[in-house]
Amino acid sequence: MKASAFTYHKPNSLDEALGLLESEEEAKILAGGQSLMPMLNMRFVQPETIVDVNGLKELSTISFTDRVEVGSLVRQKTLATDRIIEQHLPVMREALKWVGHFQTQSRGTIGGSLCHLDPASELPMVALLYDAELQVASKSGERVIPIQEWGLAYMMPSIGPDELLTKIFIKPWEKPYGFGFQEFARRHGDFAIAAVGCLLKLKNGIITDIALSIGGVEDVPRRFIECEEELRGANYDIDEIKQRIITPLDKINYLDDSLVTGSYRHKLLKGLLVRAIEQAVTRANSV
Amino acid sequence: MQEQIVQMHVNGKPVSGKVEARTHLGDFLRQAVGLTGTHLGCEHGVCGACTVIVDGDAVRSCLMLAVQADNCEVTTIEGIAEDNGSLHPLQEAFRNNHALQCGFCTAGMITSLYAFLSENPNRSDDEIREAISGNICRCTGYQGIVSAAKEAATKMAKVRN
Repeated sequence: MKASAFTYHKPNSLDEALGLLESEEEAKILAGGQSLMPMLNMRFVQPETIVDVNGLKELSTISFTDRVEVGSLVRQKTLATDRIIEQHLPVMREALKWVGHFQTQSRGTIGGSLCHLDPASELPMVALLYDAELQVASKSGERVIPIQEWGLAYMMPSIGPDELLTKIFIKPWEKPYGFGFQEFARRHGDFAIAAVGCLLKLKNGIITDIALSIGGVEDVPRRFIECEEELRGANYDIDEIKQRIITPLDKINYLDDSLVTGSYRHKLLKGLLVRAIEQAVTRANSV
Repeated sequence: MQEQIVQMHVNGKPVSGKVEARTHLGDFLRQAVGLTGTHLGCEHGVCGACTVIVDGDAVRSCLMLAVQADNCEVTTIEGIAEDNGSLHPLQEAFRNNHALQCGFCTAGMITSLYAFLSENPNRSDDEIREAISGNICRCTGYQGIVSAAKEAATKMAKVRN
């Protein structure tokens, strides 16, 4: 339970960090460390080199113009109390209630959550709801990746070994709308067995627009497009909603392991989905 | 093997040492500084036993490298009591409420609650339970721990006002 030896670099600028990622073989980026450190301690990863990006102050800011720009090094603790986030991305604050514990939120970063891309990770689910764009940088330049193209496979984001996630761009929904986030884990703060995020617009009892994201049930958190299509334009009647979600829920290829069966995840997701929609509707009606 | 010199303040006192980059803060505190009050349980961030306070924030000392705490202010369980030895309200409350049995989780419980209640001592039972949901007590002494946290919170709120 001790990390294997590695060479440690702590760059003071983005340029220096990108130079290291280009020149060093087998380098891992250390941000908040709340996922990488356990993996190092358990020797699931044994990198030659660690590039500690905690000195890159330019990646630690949150700003708003026509969209919210979040630096990849912003701590989860900061996200949970930031005024811009509260005002423009309320579902992120809601989701953060489920992210680890306050002792891990003090170090954990948004960029770390997105790059680690755990199947049950909440912040990617939030980014998915808003169709966020992710900016990555390398020595050869910058590129912007839509979040829908970010998750390639189990814990595998679309980012090269010489690239660093620098900024997350999120365009808020036009108000008024409702939001909901529901999750179930064995212990508060543990990995979700299933989780659902929801944004929704309601007009005269009709769901005029909806975004849903699901986590914990498949290899990669994703938008639940099939279900959105079923619900967009539907009457908000809870019995009708429960009918309409059956087919999309049946089509999911649920994770199935010795601790949690696929059929349990299926049942759980159904309940959480209904709750998240109800939560969003209540909020949509109260604004 | 790459060794680096780190300097930090631990419980108000300057300490420095030579560490391998891979050494986490918990091992540094225990082995180099000799403060064995910080307990290492799971060493992958689940049990909360190793919680210490770094620059005002409660952190898992197993999930932070010692080199990352360079130039930081660290408080461990040994730094919670007053310099004259009189116990902190949390420590007194733990004693009064029989909030420890084997004591393995206690340092992490107290450092976590210290950070949590110092920020705001007016907390509901649910908030207290949620705050220590990241700390595992295998004696299952949670009732006593929550009672102790409530008693200490009341005292801490009085001191603040």
